[in-house]
Amino acid sequence: MKKSDQKKYWKTNLKYLTVLLTIWFIVSYGCGIIFVDELNTIRMGGFKLGFWFAQQGSIYVFTILIFVYIRLMNKLDKKYNLDS
Amino acid sequence: MDLQTWIWLLVGITFALYIGIAIWSRAGSTKEFYVAGGGVSPLANGLATAADWMSAASFISMAGLISFNGYDGSVYLMGWTGGYVLLALLLAPYLRKFGKFTVPDFIGDRYYSNVARTVAVFCALLVSFTYVAGQMRGVGLVFSRFLEVDINTGVIIGMIIVLFYAVLGGMKGITYTQVAQYCVLIFAFMVPAIFISIQITGNPIPQLGFGGQDANGIYLLDKLDGLHRDLGFAEYTSGSKSKLDVFFITAALMVGTAGLPHVIVRFFTVKKVSDARKSAGWALLFIMILYTTAPAIAVFARTNMIETVNNQEYKNMPDWFTTWEETGLLSFNDKNNDGKIQYVADTSKNELIIDKDIMVLANPEIAGLPNWVIALVAAGALAAALSTAAGLLLVISASVSHDLIKKMIKPDISEKGELVAARLSAVVAVCVAGYFGINPPDFVAATVALAFGLAAASFFPAIILGIFTKKMNKEGAISGMIIGILMMLFYMLKFKFDWFGGGTKEDWWFGISPEGFGTVAMIINFIVSIVISKFTPDPPKEVQEIVANIRIPSGAGEATH
Repeated sequence: MKKSDQKKYWKTNLKYLTVLLTIWFIVSYGCGIIFVDELNTIRMGGFKLGFWFAQQGSIYVFTILIFVYIRLMNKLDKKYNLDS
Repeated sequence: MDLQTWIWLLVGITFALYIGIAIWSRAGSTKEFYVAGGGVSPLANGLATAADWMSAASFISMAGLISFNGYDGSVYLMGWTGGYVLLALLLAPYLRKFGKFTVPDFIGDRYYSNVARTVAVFCALLVSFTYVAGQMRGVGLVFSRFLEVDINTGVIIGMIIVLFYAVLGGMKGITYTQVAQYCVLIFAFMVPAIFISIQITGNPIPQLGFGGQDANGIYLLDKLDGLHRDLGFAEYTSGSKSKLDVFFITAALMVGTAGLPHVIVRFFTVKKVSDARKSAGWALLFIMILYTTAPAIAVFARTNMIETVNNQEYKNMPDWFTTWEETGLLSFNDKNNDGKIQYVADTSKNELIIDKDIMVLANPEIAGLPNWVIALVAAGALAAALSTAAGLLLVISASVSHDLIKKMIKPDISEKGELVAARLSAVVAVCVAGYFGINPPDFVAATVALAFGLAAASFFPAIILGIFTKKMNKEGAISGMIIGILMMLFYMLKFKFDWFGGGTKEDWWFGISPEGFGTVAMIINFIVSIVISKFTPDPPKEVQEIVANIRIPSGAGEATH
């Protein structure tokens, strides 16, 4: 693999990481902790929304984030022929 | 069939299954012993990681903790799952590419220093031992309550089982027993949850059920908030911890999860880098099933409990009440002598003390479920405790036989000799763990949660910096790890064990509890590492090339010495 390709590959990876970890931060620390009181004024059936994010929603999003990352990286590996 | 027969039957069948798997998957080489030969499929590894990770604390204690703390219990839910995002995105793929057997192996090689390796071995042993003692205690607890044997006999039976498959099969045996244990524990956790959810809300999916309505059309969570207000507790959905502390505890648990050696080492067992990513995804999916059900169980159990006991005649209590009173996990003291149970927040008036561990274990009895469901919960709790104990024992034995003996004391040891050493250290580790299970030091319960702080304060920064910066050198990493773990130990000893003058809640630095301090110690570790590395020589060229190499997934090769 060429040096310049290595750099590009790593840069794209870091870009994915930044986006996904930002979402990770927002759903847990943001919705579940920092803005929990504001979100609790909104209701979703029997759940207050902030409480739901802290005990349910954040966990679902975490799982989805990992699977999105797996997909993105598999595609990226393919593009640079690293999926041996 | 009566309850005892059911319990012996189900526990017996599951134990026979674990032993059968152990015999079938004996380890023949050090590679099989440490990393199961490196050929585990991502799905199997995901299942094994989930069982490895979900301990007696997750199975027995967590729903109870949430039950008593309501919203504040969210720290465990987010903290113990969010760490997997960090693992999958920041650690697992690169550590797999690096291709070694243990975490100290990575630290020692990446920081080209045996001092770094020794510090890492010390941290790994400290974290794993504090954690494993709690598991053996969990095994003893389940045996004493459900099989009516002495708690010490229970610990010894647990030791023999773990000894059998951990020593015989190493990582290979552990991996496949953990797959079976995951199936047992998740089934045992879900069956009562589904039953109770249907009973209370008519919805078979507990995750939706606890947001549903009871028979009178009142939302369950509103009803529980109301009950809490009436009894003087903090509102269930709001909690009482400070926001800052919730933030720091969640972060410490997340980062700690990502830094726990027995979790990280599971990602060394797959074939290639993309499999490491995949198994992290599977693992969290399997963990998610239990972790999203636990808060539902917490709500059901709490409502059931309050409605069954509060202001009711003591003499009318159901059978389970007296059975649990005998174990000492439930105690009633009729302070106003009216023959009724008053369960309120005000400690001077409260007459009932409930241990959090009861909530999951007694839940099926409280809800009046059939005997086989109660027996299933016993088998599930044992599966959870044994699978985690085995994973931890493997880390301990690998740290001794591989990191200490092979890498430092006697590098010319033969493959066979190392395997013997690994098995012997597993035996010693089981015995030490069993000793702590039988004679639990008071600090066990307190330190299991703190093991995360220790892992966060020591390993996490060293590994992250080792992957994401080429310039991080041994001076920076070693001083960061040492200062991080010392800060964490100091804070923990000061505020949990009253050393160094002790202190109360009011003396906490910035109002951060010892459980949340791991985050502070981790940040300090990062800062110290970065500052020191700026004033000391760069790492050698070869090491910088290793770092460039682990960032590219292809050609991960086999795990090597």
